[in-house]
Amino acid sequence: MSDYGKIILGLVGFLVLCTSPFWYQVLSSDGLPAPELKLPVGEQGCVESKEYMRALHMDLLNRWRDAVVRDGERIYVSTSGREYQMSLTGTCLGCHTSRADFCDQCHTYVGSENYCWSCHVEPINLRVEAR
Amino acid sequence: MDKRKRSFLKVAGSSIIGVLGLGWVRPVTAAQVPGATRKPVEALTGKRLALAVDVKKCSLEKGCSACIDACHSRHNVPTQLQAEEEIKWIWKETYEHAFPTQAHRYTESTLKQQAVLVLCNHCENPPCVRVCPTQATWKREGDGLIMMDQHRCIGCRYCMVACPYGSRSFNWQDPRRSLGDQLNREYPTRMKGVVEKCNFCAERLVFGEEPLCVAACRSKSQALLFGDLEDPDSEISKTLKERHSIRRKPALGTEPQVYYLV
Amino acid sequence: MLEKALKGSPNYWGGLGILGVVMLIGLGAYLKQYDEGLTVTGLSRDIPWGFYIAQFTFLVGVAASAVMVVLPYYLHDYKAFGRVTVIGEFLAIAAVSMCMLFIFVDMGQPLRVLNLMLYPSPNSLMFWDFVVMTGYLLLNVVITQVTFGAERKGVAPPNWIRPVIILSIPWAISIHTVTAFLYSGLEARAFWMTAILAPRFLASAFASGPALLIILCTLVGSQTNCQIGGKAIQKLRQIVTYALAVNIFFVLVELFTGIYSHIPEHMEHFQYLFFGLEGRNALVPWMWTSQVLGVGALVLLLLPVSGRNQRVLLGVCVAVITSIWIEKGLGMVVTGFIPSPLGGLMEYFPTVPEILISLGIYATGLAILTVLLKIATTIREELETA
Repeated sequence: MSDYGKIILGLVGFLVLCTSPFWYQVLSSDGLPAPELKLPVGEQGCVESKEYMRALHMDLLNRWRDAVVRDGERIYVSTSGREYQMSLTGTCLGCHTSRADFCDQCHTYVGSENYCWSCHVEPINLRVEAR
Repeated sequence: MDKRKRSFLKVAGSSIIGVLGLGWVRPVTAAQVPGATRKPVEALTGKRLALAVDVKKCSLEKGCSACIDACHSRHNVPTQLQAEEEIKWIWKETYEHAFPTQAHRYTESTLKQQAVLVLCNHCENPPCVRVCPTQATWKREGDGLIMMDQHRCIGCRYCMVACPYGSRSFNWQDPRRSLGDQLNREYPTRMKGVVEKCNFCAERLVFGEEPLCVAACRSKSQALLFGDLEDPDSEISKTLKERHSIRRKPALGTEPQVYYLV
Repeated sequence: MLEKALKGSPNYWGGLGILGVVMLIGLGAYLKQYDEGLTVTGLSRDIPWGFYIAQFTFLVGVAASAVMVVLPYYLHDYKAFGRVTVIGEFLAIAAVSMCMLFIFVDMGQPLRVLNLMLYPSPNSLMFWDFVVMTGYLLLNVVITQVTFGAERKGVAPPNWIRPVIILSIPWAISIHTVTAFLYSGLEARAFWMTAILAPRFLASAFASGPALLIILCTLVGSQTNCQIGGKAIQKLRQIVTYALAVNIFFVLVELFTGIYSHIPEHMEHFQYLFFGLEGRNALVPWMWTSQVLGVGALVLLLLPVSGRNQRVLLGVCVAVITSIWIEKGLGMVVTGFIPSPLGGLMEYFPTVPEILISLGIYATGLAILTVLLKIATTIREELETA
């Protein structure tokens, strides 16, 4: 076929365009500052292991949401046997007191917007103690 | 068109649709968490939770609005909106409007002008639940409350169309615009484009506390009774057996669980 | 086939250009609505559904009416409809697309619209409406693609398509029935709670859809070399006549039950619609216009003049469409909410953004239809000259 050249050119152009954000990052001199998470001081750990939370906190939050809203449950028993109240603003933000210093650090970095805060209110000293 | 070009497009097209389709599997299968979840032991439970409003005792008439204020302020319900966009969980209605089929020309004037407290009836046969296309509203197993999941609601407003009591409100705009700094930080607001209504304070029942309206009325007129109708020894069961009570639009068969003692 | 849509006269491109501008204006208005919420519409807590849902209802009828040409052609082998059938099916595709857009713009949380599929709820008629509308769109796309593709190659369409076409006939009835059930099963709204709502929807659809087809066929005939025979037009005229007569009969039947029974909850809505209630009468002039146009059109359709004179027939068709558009697209939905179940008497007026968004959707549908008809007519012209 005679259109091979054009097709290959088009495909290459398409790929370059799709991956342009990555090239932009690599080529721009200063780059984006890496996220800096401020972790709570004096805590033993999160409700589950750091590795789990880092990879799958959204699954945990979704489950907590459904358990509280749909099943009327409020207590989470973690793998270590500790009990927590399932509450985004009470429990999560009880330790991670600032959304800007914690959640937004990564979420802004990867450009993944969450709509939690359209409804949930950032607390002021609303910590719920684990039992 | 060339035969090969055509079949290439077909394969490419169906592959794209297939890949997009796979993206669906995750939200459905996800959310396996390592720990377990359960109810708090102190939760206030019942087989059929219901509310009785003693219209004779209620002092809405005299300007009392303790129940309404307690509910609306603690649940972050905006109160400054125009009538067309009003959001109401519990509010004051005239007897004629609350009971349109019962009022007649010669209804005693005390009753006809009577202010009546209205809210979601937490129906036994809820039309709103029947019509919801996403199960964003449902009847809770166990105590029969009509619940609402604002994370799930797509804002189609079919439930508002189906409710015979006007008990559902839609967020025509972002409620935070009119809430300002008057937020109760212990309870979420809603976002624009979802429906909301009274939840019988499920967030309090789960920790063994009675609904806000009932708690607020306790120190005022003691006109509200909340409890389990399936429990013959509950105060509400006993009262309903002794006194005459009516319900809103009983002919529709929705079986409201808010009873009016008149 | 799509390449045929890329070469056209200045008229074709000019028309598409104008539609494109209207679509962009509609999109702009929608972005405003998306940003601020449905507060930009005239809807309210008492009247939660309005212009969008009403247009959806009207257009479901237009989509379903394709069955009025598909059925005689495929089931009774009525040859005169050979050329109209594909136009009817294309009209259905355009109409269903508009329906889906109207539902989409009515959502408070449009980004979550896929929850309809993630949490299927068979007890909700809205879920079923979504299912039958999607199915109807697919059916028509497949049927037109296969039958028209075969016609182009000068071969008979494959055998497997016939059962698909037969299936599309009851399916067309089902989309408008389910849409009527959306309303008629609600204990809260006495105005819609009538078993005749679905039959009425179908009758009005079978009058307005074929009337639109007559106009489309005439337009196609005047703009291209594809002539639709007079025999087909006359048959369509007959269909419009019968369907319109049945529709007027159904309306009268409903008026009788609603008014003679004297149940306030039923009667008040009709009172609001035709005479006004406590000074609220925004729809009264519209409804009487609709009745006059409907009855006038029926009289003219029954007279031989509408068979002889093309201009009269076109005028009559415009009258039929307008009459039924007012009935379904203005009166039917909103009146169900006035008065409200608590006796509230709020009225509803669509706002400028609401109308711009609706015009944008109509322009989108017209653009889809234009492109599809362009493809069909170009190919037919080529077949005839070859």
